Amino acid sequence: MTARATAAELGADVRAGRRRAADVVEQHLRAIEAREADVHAFNLVLAESARAEAAAIDARVAAGEDPGPLAGVPVVLKDNICTRGVPTTCSSRILEGWRPPYDATVVTRLRAAGAVILGKTNCDEFAMGSSTENSAFGPTRNPLDLTKVPGGSSGGSAAAVVAGFAAVGLGSDTGGSIRQPASLCGVVGVKPTYGRVSRYGLVAYASSLDQIGPLTSTVADAALVLDVIGGYDPADSTSIPDPPVELSAVLGEGVDGLRVGVVQELTTDANPDVVARVVAAAAALEAAGAKVEEASVPAASYALSAYYLIAPAEASSNLARYDGVRYGLRVDGADVDAMFAATRTAGFGAEVKRRIMLGTYALSAGYYDAYYGKAQRVRTLLIRDFEAAYDRFDVLLSPTSPTTAFPLGAKMDDPLAMYLMDVATIPANLAGIPAMSVPYGAGDDGLPVGVQVLAPALGEAAMFRTAAVLEASLR
Amino acid sequence: MAERLTRDDVLKVARLARLEVTDEEADRFTDQLAAVLDHAADVAALDLTGVPPTARPVPLVNVLREDEVRPGLDRDEVLAAAPAAEDGRFRVPPILGDGP
Amino acid sequence: MTVDGWETVIGLEVHCELATATKLFCGCRNTFGSEPNTNVCPVCLGLPGSLPVLNRQAVELAMRIGTALNCEVRRSIFARKNYFYPDMPKDYQVSQYDLPLNVGGHLDLPDGSRVGIERAHVEEDTGKTTHCHGVQARSRGGTGRIAGASYALVDYNRAGVPLVEIVSAPEIRSPEQAKAYVTELRGILLAIGASDARMEEGSMRVDANVSVRRSGTDQLGTRAEIKNLNSVRSLVRAIAYEARRQADLIEAGGTVVQETRHWDEDAGRTSSLRSKEEAEDYRYFPEPDLVPLDPDDFWKKAVRAAIPPLPVERREALAAAAGVEPGEVALVVETGLDPLVKAALHAGIDPRLALTRATNEVAGRDVDPASVDATAFAATLRLEQDGRLTATQSKQVLARVVTGGDPAAVAAELGFEALATDTLAAAVDEAITANPAEWERYSAGEDKLTGFFVGKVMAATRGKADGKAVTALLRERRGS
Ligand SMILES: [Mg+2]
Ligand SMILES: [Zn+2]
Repeated sequence: MTARATAAELGADVRAGRRRAADVVEQHLRAIEAREADVHAFNLVLAESARAEAAAIDARVAAGEDPGPLAGVPVVLKDNICTRGVPTTCSSRILEGWRPPYDATVVTRLRAAGAVILGKTNCDEFAMGSSTENSAFGPTRNPLDLTKVPGGSSGGSAAAVVAGFAAVGLGSDTGGSIRQPASLCGVVGVKPTYGRVSRYGLVAYASSLDQIGPLTSTVADAALVLDVIGGYDPADSTSIPDPPVELSAVLGEGVDGLRVGVVQELTTDANPDVVARVVAAAAALEAAGAKVEEASVPAASYALSAYYLIAPAEASSNLARYDGVRYGLRVDGADVDAMFAATRTAGFGAEVKRRIMLGTYALSAGYYDAYYGKAQRVRTLLIRDFEAAYDRFDVLLSPTSPTTAFPLGAKMDDPLAMYLMDVATIPANLAGIPAMSVPYGAGDDGLPVGVQVLAPALGEAAMFRTAAVLEASLR
Repeated sequence: MAERLTRDDVLKVARLARLEVTDEEADRFTDQLAAVLDHAADVAALDLTGVPPTARPVPLVNVLREDEVRPGLDRDEVLAAAPAAEDGRFRVPPILGDGP
Repeated sequence: MTVDGWETVIGLEVHCELATATKLFCGCRNTFGSEPNTNVCPVCLGLPGSLPVLNRQAVELAMRIGTALNCEVRRSIFARKNYFYPDMPKDYQVSQYDLPLNVGGHLDLPDGSRVGIERAHVEEDTGKTTHCHGVQARSRGGTGRIAGASYALVDYNRAGVPLVEIVSAPEIRSPEQAKAYVTELRGILLAIGASDARMEEGSMRVDANVSVRRSGTDQLGTRAEIKNLNSVRSLVRAIAYEARRQADLIEAGGTVVQETRHWDEDAGRTSSLRSKEEAEDYRYFPEPDLVPLDPDDFWKKAVRAAIPPLPVERREALAAAAGVEPGEVALVVETGLDPLVKAALHAGIDPRLALTRATNEVAGRDVDPASVDATAFAATLRLEQDGRLTATQSKQVLARVVTGGDPAAVAAELGFEALATDTLAAAVDEAITANPAEWERYSAGEDKLTGFFVGKVMAATRGKADGKAVTALLRERRGS
């Protein structure tokens, strides 16, 4: 990879008139043209509207206005983030052709900061998957090795960033869907504290777990984007009202004296070459003045099981609305129930059906207490265990994914094996705490390994300081 | 501890979820879902009496908005997205049976 | 109701739409009768990515309802009730399930009975479905056949309108008590400004759970839920019909099945709805898009303080002032005329007269209680009480001055100048002189001839005489 301008640099240059947004867009469109056919990161490239937006940014700069910190920065959006008048498919047949009549809050904020929306990226259908293979429009390939998956479900955004198609990708993370593809593609990916970024306009998979976050090439870019899209939104009842700390301002504060715990439960089952990178990361932090020790979060062992009850349960309800009445696909039937079933059977892929059925089962009479009810209590245990861990540590460390990028098709017939890819990322979603993946070298196969940094709720500042030190230690 | 998921369970949840499954799919889904539930058996087996459930990981209460009218959507735009519309309304096949 | 050794057990579920400006979870207008699908937005259409935000005023009104029904108002959470139906944009209804806002209250009825309230929870309304049937096409041969299948049309203006569902304990025992319950509840909802509670417009909807059991037993029988009750009259008829049907069924050796039954107003009977293949399983779970609702004591106290006197208190107050039983003032209170009657009592009007005239001459007219002129009402009754207007005349004057006017002037205008006492006496004497035989009999104690003489005097005075005054004069003349 040649050194590319970061989002921070692009924004600063365009804002200052040193670079034209139009040129930035053309440069990225050329990169897309060169490699998109191989990678398939996009469901939709918005070349024309991006050019128009860039021209408008340049005009504002010329007129002496300040378009904002992301002036002219090309951004791609996972295709489950609503864009007014622009198809938003969730990579599902059932939403093909649907054009939302409104923008997600994050889209409004990106635009207000001067960003240019370059396209909608491929993902696992309704964000259900860990490889971006469960897309109705075909898989995305890992730009670093086209025989491998980019991870998922935000694989299109991760691939777009690493391939140089865009400076910033937005993804959504329900059980690791930003961090795991970031790890497999060698980019930075952040799952913010639940409630830090508005979910308004994010098509729901599992509402109590979903968060939108950035995928970027650098830690500083991730901070910049999170500063733009984060903060209170009255349209989301679960939005945290406290004004968040400005992350871009704390990046350089270092880790001297910071207490870092390596979570045993999330590390031991990972591949040895991945664990080796976590050990190296811990050593780098120690060298930078942090105090590193082993940490334990016992309930993390139950997190995967709890997640695969809670997330499908919420999904089974969230995805009920795709019934062929108001928008999207309809397959006709003799009566309305027949139409519902025909539409949903034709419109959803196998993984979505599996999770809808699993969740329906977990909520159904006679099983609720044993499954969904238990899983919610495990969630409480996990939150308590994290709280106890954060009494001793400021941040926690683990691998993001147990392996590097795996071959396409390798896990498609074994859902459980695929689910196990999220074993280290899921606990943060269940507990609502922030976590991010930072690229930290390569595994035995030469593919990237991501190290996960976790922090207490609203503890993004310490998390980003740690990530910045890790990033710098590789230079 | 719940019984192992059966093929009949799969057919029942498919009906509840308005999904049609072929015989072959029913078999496959039964195996796959049973495998996931077997993995979840550790959770189902836990004694968690006295541990309260967590429904969402934010400690917020009483999030309210004022009772003020805000502009909605244009009807033509709304109905343009519908698979079928008539007379300003969404058109659907005949409905058998009442709602609850 | 005890018919042929059977007791009817009734529980009512009342859904009332709250009188807010906007819907429960979005800023769309909450109004009745708009053009279809004109009060809609991403939230109430359930568009992907949309999220609900709870309306403060809806909560306030729901708390008023709970407080007025003597419930405990407490921490509650919203839950999703999952089922597929085209009038529900999300194919789940946001409701409250195991932790409702209001629990454990009661409602006191005018007859002194008390009905328990199990819960009053907040939920969103559904849209409206219109069932359309295929066009009748006539072939040349003249045989009619359905051309084009039936279909349905859906309007989501009502989707997301705030509702409170009030669930009574199964403590109602007759159709009449059910009627009294609904009437009382409606009075409360109106008094506290929570709902306009119009059954005809559907802003108040009543479902009845009905079962029967042998008198003297206390085990509950299997119940049927009756829907489509669009008026209090339907409610009364449907319960009576259903109780009879169940008793007959059991007596004939059958068993009642738990089911939903549809009331057919024209046919005057309930019928079973097509039963689904299997029982619905609503898979309730906590709504993750909303946070718990936990009103603090300050808010609860403020709600309590804002509640005006309720019908039960107003009945007691008026009954005490009038020296009658609370049940006798029920209609006056129900129609909001208790301030009118109280003002008349204050002006020295006889309580019975004030209650009778308010009930029959004011409540019967479709006038807004707020626009009734209490001064004119009392002044008219004063004229009547003083014998200056007959009962008939008083009613006619009231009709003219109910919303304001000068009763004396109106009486004069109508030619109801009360007869001077000597004119009346002259007319009475004239009648006596002209009918000596009848007078003799009347004087001998034949009281039934009173009417004969009153009639004669009325005829002579063209109805201006006051019957009571004539009777008094007749008695005076015969010396008894
Ligand atoms: Mg209800
Ligand atoms: Zn709305």
